[in-house]
Amino acid sequence: MTRIDRVFKQLKAKGEKALIPFITAGDPDLGATRALALEMAARGADILELGVPFSDPLADGPTIQAASLRAMQGGVHLEDVLNLAGELRAQTQIPLILMGYYNPMLQYGLERTAAKAAANGVDGFIIPDLPPEEAGPWRAAAAKANLATIFLAAPTSGAERIRTLGRLTKGFLYYVSVTGITGARTELPPDLAASLREVRSLIKCPLAVGFGISTPEQVAGLAPYVDGVVVGSAIVQRVARLRGQELIKAVGDFIAALKAPLRTQ
Amino acid sequence: MLPDRHGRYGRYGGRFVPETLMPALLELEEAYRRISRTLEFRQELSWYLKDYVGRPTPLYFARHLTAELGGPQVYIKREDLAHTGAHKINNTLGQGLLARRMGKTRLIAETGAGQHGVATATVAALLGLSCDIYMGAEDIRRQRLNVIRMRLLGAKVVPVDSGSRTLKDAMNDAIRDWVTNVRHTHYVLGSVGGPHPYPMIVRDFQAVIGREARAQLRRRTGKVPQCLVACVGGGSNAMGLFHAFRDDPVRFVGVEAAGHGVHTHHHSATLVAGTVGVLHGAFSYLLQDPWGNIQEAHSLAPGLDYPGVGPEHAWFKDQGRAEYVAVTDTEALEGFSLLSRTEGILPALESAHAIAYLKRLAPGYTAADIVIVNLSGRGDKDVDAVAEAMEVSGDAH
Repeated sequence: MTRIDRVFKQLKAKGEKALIPFITAGDPDLGATRALALEMAARGADILELGVPFSDPLADGPTIQAASLRAMQGGVHLEDVLNLAGELRAQTQIPLILMGYYNPMLQYGLERTAAKAAANGVDGFIIPDLPPEEAGPWRAAAAKANLATIFLAAPTSGAERIRTLGRLTKGFLYYVSVTGITGARTELPPDLAASLREVRSLIKCPLAVGFGISTPEQVAGLAPYVDGVVVGSAIVQRVARLRGQELIKAVGDFIAALKAPLRTQ
Repeated sequence: MLPDRHGRYGRYGGRFVPETLMPALLELEEAYRRISRTLEFRQELSWYLKDYVGRPTPLYFARHLTAELGGPQVYIKREDLAHTGAHKINNTLGQGLLARRMGKTRLIAETGAGQHGVATATVAALLGLSCDIYMGAEDIRRQRLNVIRMRLLGAKVVPVDSGSRTLKDAMNDAIRDWVTNVRHTHYVLGSVGGPHPYPMIVRDFQAVIGREARAQLRRRTGKVPQCLVACVGGGSNAMGLFHAFRDDPVRFVGVEAAGHGVHTHHHSATLVAGTVGVLHGAFSYLLQDPWGNIQEAHSLAPGLDYPGVGPEHAWFKDQGRAEYVAVTDTEALEGFSLLSRTEGILPALESAHAIAYLKRLAPGYTAADIVIVNLSGRGDKDVDAVAEAMEVSGDAH
């Protein structure tokens, strides 16, 4: 059983749901990412998602585009993120998922990426521009290294694709809450709860929802329908604004506030 | 005929897109295969191409240019005479008619030189669809005339301030818009790149260029040409010219933009100097750093200023079916002057790259040989940029 599977199982036994925060690795620098990751793990995060900087993040909105750019200006690339994962793994057992676009992995080498990731304690990958139709070579490399490939499902997917995605994904299925790109939103689609109920009926694996979720109130509203909630841009906005201890504390407090409604289901 | 059912040309192509778009690409492919074959659609498209676009465009024997070059007989396929002034309309009309039949009410597009944006805005006006065009802020500055044309046609021009603020970044934002509005919006991709089925659809709609040229030359001379020359950014005008000749013993030459030189970091010569990877949904050649981040391209010609290229060109390159070369900004300007002065035709800066390469190509041929060059667009949009680069004054004295 992988670390991701174990977390969902343990939370289920306690009647809790998973909080899965996302930050871009290297934004504003790798030291800050390390400190933030450990703080988030200590303050209630159940699984960590680290973004791999990329020049053309076409599934991302302005907040994460800017974060990616800041990290790239610091010269951070895939290998640095893999090394950072190794440092984090020495200090925490929280599941680590890398979220990155396909081309940097392709250039580094799929087998090389998977082997190094596994050796450094990475548990899985989310690759937003790799739909199942194109994922064969990566899935083979990931499976060999015992890494989870987590697929995204979207409001446009339809029942048949969601069934397939639910069968192929490892760890959990990541349901994209909105037809659109990443970014904090004040309002989520009114039919989201109904969509999540339908997705749930089509799959057997744990279900997480993400994109646009930015407040504890939104988390509380979604918790009954899912096994986990992903929050990204709302955290990255804080990273963009604050520095040093002030940043660590603000993100830590925010994580605690987001986790609270997930403890009491 | 390629692509295969996975949208692959050999190992190139594919659909590397967010899940949100996968159903839309599958729907588009299904609709295209179903609708484009019907007699009704083909008749409608032919009617518009003839009465609205002004096809067939002439295949012009360039006597003075031929004499100047002293090599082969040079024929020019006059896509610059198509409505809106470039070949782009062939594709936007086809996709617009398809989108309308699919029940889409809004068109979006990316544009570099503005020609594809103008052609999309034109078709949106013609068919009564709303239209947003994504254009890099740098290109908006360079191609003011086309920005004004798009606005006059009723389209909204959305400036893109990210990255190099050129075509690549405009395409990122067009894809982001499509991800968000995919249910009622059709993305009119302008080149033979991007995810399947776009490289196939754009090629098929542009293939009219080569079909006409082949028939026109045959009627006139009874021959097939020895060589075809066209500029390559994403590669749509080149693929459009080449495709009808793919089974003929005809040499294909694609001319990329060498910018300041392919050994500098300021060029757009993807096939000549790039490496393989994934950009904008397709596996093809691209310009990237060792870490897989996409590099900024450079060309004086905004329509060539793109770090990727269509996957079928990548396949042609690896198969040896076409050869790809590059000419610099300076050579392109010489090509611009050459055609302007010998034939009285101002070419688009993009097309001027193809003209420029004729100088290098000509010594290898004799007067018995025939070369067709695709004049993909007219140069009016470029006069400010060319005047600045050549220090031609527009003042009274």
